[in-house]
Amino acid sequence: MRRMTWFNATSLTLGFAFLYLPMIILIIYSFNESKLVTVWAGFSTKWYGELFRNEAFLDAAWVTIKVAVVSSTFATVLGTMAALVLVRAGRFAGRTLFSGMIYAPLVMPEVITGLSLLLLFIGIGLDRGIFTIILAHTTFSMCYVSVVVSSRLVSFDRSLEEAALDLGCSAAQAFRLVTLPIIAPAVISGWLLAFTLSLDDLVIASFAAGPSATTLPIKIWSSIRLGLSPEINALSTILIAFVTVGVISASLASKRASLRRQAEERAAVHA
Amino acid sequence: MRRFALIAVPYFWLLALFLVPFLIVLKISLSDIALAIPPYTPTLDFTAGWEGIKSFFGALDLENFKFLTTDDLYWKAYLSSVQIACIATLATLIVAYPIAYGMANAPDHWRPTLMMLVILPFWTSFLIRVYAWVGILSNEGYLNQLLLSMGVINEPLTILNTNIAVYIGIVYTYLPFMILPIYSALERLDGSLLEAAEDLGCSRITAFWLVTVPLSKNGIIAGCFLVFIPTIGEFVIPSLLGGSKTLMIGKVLWEEFFNNRDWPVASAVAVILLLILIIPIILFQRNEQKQREADG
Repeated sequence: MRRMTWFNATSLTLGFAFLYLPMIILIIYSFNESKLVTVWAGFSTKWYGELFRNEAFLDAAWVTIKVAVVSSTFATVLGTMAALVLVRAGRFAGRTLFSGMIYAPLVMPEVITGLSLLLLFIGIGLDRGIFTIILAHTTFSMCYVSVVVSSRLVSFDRSLEEAALDLGCSAAQAFRLVTLPIIAPAVISGWLLAFTLSLDDLVIASFAAGPSATTLPIKIWSSIRLGLSPEINALSTILIAFVTVGVISASLASKRASLRRQAEERAAVHA
Repeated sequence: MRRFALIAVPYFWLLALFLVPFLIVLKISLSDIALAIPPYTPTLDFTAGWEGIKSFFGALDLENFKFLTTDDLYWKAYLSSVQIACIATLATLIVAYPIAYGMANAPDHWRPTLMMLVILPFWTSFLIRVYAWVGILSNEGYLNQLLLSMGVINEPLTILNTNIAVYIGIVYTYLPFMILPIYSALERLDGSLLEAAEDLGCSRITAFWLVTVPLSKNGIIAGCFLVFIPTIGEFVIPSLLGGSKTLMIGKVLWEEFFNNRDWPVASAVAVILLLILIIPIILFQRNEQKQREADG
């Protein structure tokens, strides 16, 4: 009994207007000629030019991308291992502590995670910079990866793996040839999640960064503290466009993959 | 052997970079100021053996926690964080429910698109989504310009730098976390139950209150926790949208650490914040567990 009543239509329209209007306004005003962000003075792309001449932003963007690629890759490896442990390892000493440590960072306030990592880095005398941000990001995002991957592993049919073992695969081969391709969508979305979490993180990076390395969110933060700026609007527009294109193409790709799988299954049944 | 390596690698990573750091926070919150301000020197001396461990525990004291009680800034900040989080969670629920309801009742072929439209903002930068509201809510911002030009108001409303702006910011940024669990509860709802209720004489509105709402209870509970827990420690939203009167503990901790450089007090603030959060976190996990058992 699905009914598209006027009530549903209105609530969806208003809801999505609320979600998207602020970002749309931001995008429109990034093309504003005026230095004053709230007064429209004609179309211009000059703030994009300014942005690309701003060395500090470019440097910070580069640091952010490096950190995000490296930390999300580590996080994916560690998080997938952790998911395998959670779903398959059965009983072992300290299992409760282990699953606690997987779930706790998800709900831990960022200020506490950041503070505690900073105190650790200082305690062991590690110089803060790109390396410490990578450590921090890997730690919190591996937990997200393991949640995503373990939800896929739970529904995994282990008889497929057993069949591979019976047919003479080693355990490593069975994992690489059977398990990994099946859980791949979850591993990939885990990586993407870790990547965006790292791109987006301000609080933990501020604690872990130290004076030698600045990420883009830290840079954006310090400039929006001073008020609105058209350059930041331009930067925001680029980031929003980047994410929108990424998410839409990822979801189209996964839709196509599932359609292809359905077609193959149908072909296999008919053959 | 391989099983051991599989367990050990993530285990030790988390021990070293999650548990140990947290124990350091606990330790510093119990240390004297002189020992713990930068440069921080670890006071636990393993080379001294048993004596070292004894002097380590001898040096612990509750001075920083006592300090927190002497200044009413702290307990007011805890209290107002909880209060802001409660109000904001309720507001998010009120905004999210109709959207989730509309999604669950939309035609099947629309739903993947609607779902993606809800998730998409979650992938875009949190900081930028909060920043977008600064331009809308400020005195010469778009909202005031619009209302003034429509003649609804004669003078600009002061919204930015008040708690109202903080509520708007929280509702806006955490909305997907509320919509998704409610949507997934409503989507599973069996429509014939509603028909039965209407056949038995319920009006559509009473059927909604007596059937739909109770059956979406788990989604509501999960959504409320997902908004409430992170909101309490929130730093970005109160700093950008709130005013000098907005007291939230995440912001206090940040300032205590970066501006006052008082590490032991910042650590004590963190420890108490976590103690406050333990209750909702445990309730949340229990609720999740129950739901998983019901599904499984």
